[in-house]
Amino acid sequence: MSTANSRDGEVSTLRIEGEMTIYRALELKQLLLARLEESAALEVDLAAVTELDSSGVQLLLLAKREAQARQRELRLVAHSPQVLEVFDLLNLNAHFGDPLLMSPQPS
Amino acid sequence: MNLDQALQTFIVESRELLEDMEAALLAVAQAEARDEAVHAVFRAAHTIKGSAGLFGLDHIVAFTHAVESVLDLVREDKVELSDELTSLLLACCDHIGTLIDAIEAGQLEADAAMNERGAPLVEQLRRHLGAPAAPGALALAEDSPDASAIERIEGEAGHSDHWHISLRFGRDVLRNGMDPLSFIRYLGTFGTVAAIVTLADAIPAAEEMDPESCYLGFELAFDSDADKTEIEGAFEFVRDDCRVRILPPHSRIWDYLRLIEELPEENAKLGEILLHCGSVTAHELQAALAAQSSAGATQKIGAILVEQRAVRPAVVEAALAKQNQVKESKAQESRSIRVDADKLDYLINLVGELIIAGAGVDLIGRRAHLPDLRESVATMSGLVEAVRDSALQLRMVKIGATFNRFQRVVHDVAREIGKDIALAVSGEDTELDKTVVEKLADPLTHLVRNAIDHGIEPAELRAQRGKPARGTVRLNAYHDSGSIVIEVGDDGGGLKRDRILAKATERGLVEPGRTLNDGEIYSLIFEPGFSTAEQVTNLSGRGVGMDVVKRNITALRGSVDIKSEEGVGTTVTVRLPLTLAIIDGFLVGVDKSVFVIPLDMVEECVEFSAEPGRDYTNLRGEVLPFIRLRELFELEGAAARRENIVVVRHAGRKVGLVVDTLLGEFQTVIKPLGRVFSQVKCISGSTILGNGDVALILDVAALIGDTERLAAPRLAA
Repeated sequence: MSTANSRDGEVSTLRIEGEMTIYRALELKQLLLARLEESAALEVDLAAVTELDSSGVQLLLLAKREAQARQRELRLVAHSPQVLEVFDLLNLNAHFGDPLLMSPQPS
Repeated sequence: MNLDQALQTFIVESRELLEDMEAALLAVAQAEARDEAVHAVFRAAHTIKGSAGLFGLDHIVAFTHAVESVLDLVREDKVELSDELTSLLLACCDHIGTLIDAIEAGQLEADAAMNERGAPLVEQLRRHLGAPAAPGALALAEDSPDASAIERIEGEAGHSDHWHISLRFGRDVLRNGMDPLSFIRYLGTFGTVAAIVTLADAIPAAEEMDPESCYLGFELAFDSDADKTEIEGAFEFVRDDCRVRILPPHSRIWDYLRLIEELPEENAKLGEILLHCGSVTAHELQAALAAQSSAGATQKIGAILVEQRAVRPAVVEAALAKQNQVKESKAQESRSIRVDADKLDYLINLVGELIIAGAGVDLIGRRAHLPDLRESVATMSGLVEAVRDSALQLRMVKIGATFNRFQRVVHDVAREIGKDIALAVSGEDTELDKTVVEKLADPLTHLVRNAIDHGIEPAELRAQRGKPARGTVRLNAYHDSGSIVIEVGDDGGGLKRDRILAKATERGLVEPGRTLNDGEIYSLIFEPGFSTAEQVTNLSGRGVGMDVVKRNITALRGSVDIKSEEGVGTTVTVRLPLTLAIIDGFLVGVDKSVFVIPLDMVEECVEFSAEPGRDYTNLRGEVLPFIRLRELFELEGAAARRENIVVVRHAGRKVGLVVDTLLGEFQTVIKPLGRVFSQVKCISGSTILGNGDVALILDVAALIGDTERLAAPRLAA
């Protein structure tokens, strides 16, 4: 359960690994908001997210709103199957507006 | 928050529910209290589905939902509960059981193998869903336990329109262990979420936002044939943590307006959301909002609101009240507590020690000639006895539960081999020790299978013999002089005496030419490897069954007996001691030793008188063989001048035990003999007397057995 960070010029990348659930909600909130401050755009890599619950969804929504308020860009990329399922369930794709790439994975 | 413990409870309860489901299905098959049984099956499936939904076990929810749908049709008499459907439902029960087993093993999601097994079942269930109404179907039952009757009218609207569900989850939802996602997923199991809008407006500024609180709301358009109660039921567990509003299809525009007014968000935005969900059309919304602003319209809304308020809360209240009623009645049924078996054993151990300690005090009182003390001790002993009895009662379970499990065995096996067999059960209230019940299950199963497989003849043969086409297997249980007796009987062809004798002779178990009585011949089938079955089925006939049965029962200090009549039937009688820990005993002295005889078996005591050299005496005209314990245990010392005979009885046979002194009643704890002495016959345990001496407990059954064996050659001689 770890996260990885990197910065490349104007875009920061935050790779979230493991569960994005209430158990890590506090930790992730601080992380997301902190990273958001670092550069003009933050790319959140969700490929390694194994579970997403409502608190995780809330954090993403919060991050999106904060990004807009602070005139920054938030991009969600490489949605894992679990993330996709939740986004589909709650019809959040349009809200975030990120392009979805679905890799051919066995379901 | 301990999910694991909750999951464990779910597993245990689901298994119990599955047992209920199975029992109810078999009861329906036997056409007893049909309606009630169908309701019971439905309730069990419904509860499993609901609980599984809470844990997010979607694969169980999906499968159980399919089962529930079919059961719903059966409940409304739209589908007939045929034999075939019953078998299908039993198979579904088993499949759910397998899923639960997988959960127990830690596998919380479905895998390919499970899906493969479940797919054909679901397929068959679907076929039943499309079935036409059964001929002569009755009208809906008036007193269905569900409150579905109330809202059914609204639910039967066409598919084109849908329900509108508005959810505003409370702050503590996540902290209380629920997740809005699972509720929305659950909705998806009995309908389709046609549209959904997630509302995050309630999320406060970043610094104030508590990541563990829930600020989410949802507006959904929900397509389903379910009724309002069912949809409300989906949110039952989060009723306190979420504001749920449900608008049925074809709701009037005023209903939507009221919804908009009630919700915290901006009216215009809400209107847009409703539009997005397709719950209202743009035209309707515009017209309504415009009309709302004029004075006249407000009055109209007011009037309608009053009317709505009058109707809806009343309806919801009635539904809730009925739900509570059902819950209460269910709670009354289960006024029991789960107890750890180890804790119970510990308690019984302590009670045993208490009894021994009490005996010690009594002895002191006797020696010190303190009548006051003795009186108090007597009161105390009475109380200790009562505690002892209660403690032992805790371990007693009714054998009915075990017997009823055989309904399923008989049902399945009979179908498998194509015979029509019914199971008749009696004496279900007979109680016996829990461990004994558990150890009995296997031997009994084998005996029942034997009865079905070899006992009951094929239909044509039965017809020839003038027997009813349906064979009967009987299970009976009762208490008899300190033992519990269990009978497995059948009205089949009986044991073939000559065939058994021939086979035994062939195998060298019996010398040719030796005469045996019927009882002895039948007992031969307990020899290992013995079988006269002409065909070996996968149930029995290989000859590995009966000797294992006998061994298991002997290990429980019991005995097995067979009575049979060719062409009529067979009865196997199993006899087991009642309780294993504490017994009421009768103390006797022989030479310097003290022995304990189980009081249950003591019939009477008489003075010893017999012709010298003979081993029997005249008991009021009856011949009573006796055993001299002094000789049996090779105790030295001269015989006392006056000896006594204690007459004991077991399994209908009487024997006298010759002892020196009679020392009175004594309740005692059986302490098992060490492994060194386990081969010693005639002694079943030991105990400690009040003065600290050790007394051996006699195994009366073995003694009686010995007498017969010893007597036989002498008679022959």
